[in-house]
Amino acid sequence: MNLNSIILKSVSESTLQVFTTMLGVDIVCNQSAVETSMPEASEGVVSFIGLAGSWAGTGSVSCSPALACRICAQMLMCEATSVNEEVLDTVAELTNMIVGSVKTDLEQHLGPLGLSIPTVVYGRNFKTKSAGNTEWIVVRFLWDDETLVVKLCLEPKEQAAHVLFHTSPTLSCSLEV
Amino acid sequence: MESNVLVVDDSAAIRKILQRVLRQTGMAIHTIHEAGDGQEALAVLGAQKVDLVLSDINMPKMDGLQLLASIKASAQWRQIPVVMITTEGGETKVGEAVKLGAAGYVRKPFTADQIKEKLAGLLAPALPL
Repeated sequence: MNLNSIILKSVSESTLQVFTTMLGVDIVCNQSAVETSMPEASEGVVSFIGLAGSWAGTGSVSCSPALACRICAQMLMCEATSVNEEVLDTVAELTNMIVGSVKTDLEQHLGPLGLSIPTVVYGRNFKTKSAGNTEWIVVRFLWDDETLVVKLCLEPKEQAAHVLFHTSPTLSCSLEV
Repeated sequence: MESNVLVVDDSAAIRKILQRVLRQTGMAIHTIHEAGDGQEALAVLGAQKVDLVLSDINMPKMDGLQLLASIKASAQWRQIPVVMITTEGGETKVGEAVKLGAAGYVRKPFTADQIKEKLAGLLAPALPL
């Protein structure tokens, strides 16, 4: 099994396990792919977390505002009708658990990896880009008719890009990951 | 006798879940204090009587391993059991936590039963009504 297949399997299993354990929900793994093209402009909630070791990269979880609220409501057993700090914190923690679990699986193959503190972006019409020619392993999940996308890129350290750029028409910033 | 528990995690979501889970364990818990990182946790420990600490590892400012080391280095607090709750499933950090004196660890994602099982023997069960 090559590394991409290992990552795909781990992302799928980890995401399903986090949803089953923490939310009591069975979501469906809908589609997986390796993507290299520049993503279209996004809107909604996107959470990033960095991985570093002899290999380095980024994991991300993205979804619509409505799904982010639904995840928060289910996980915390509370009402969530708009994207607030609690919703963003929940998506960040979801990312931490999914990518943390993938990290544990990958450490058997790649050696010890460190995990950063997650960062969440919420907005409209923004793009994200990892510096370098990075391949993203992308797995899409369905919760009823809503889609959750989990992505991971990982490269040997010499090739890894450590800065992830976020751009929007009005602002830009870089995140050290 | 009822115990006081300190929950340490930079995620407010996880602190909220642990509050709920701890109340469901059937353990005799009086107060659940919260802290968002190791530094805040040390401030709570200095101000409140705490019988058990549940702590994340990966946190800003002061992480869970630094907090554990500080607790175990203190004559006043070293008897307090510390259970790590973490996404870190690898041997490195978990092994370090055990070496530093952690009473155990629970991996995220966790179930209420896993928390209950880990706390059995560390907290007294609630008396029947």
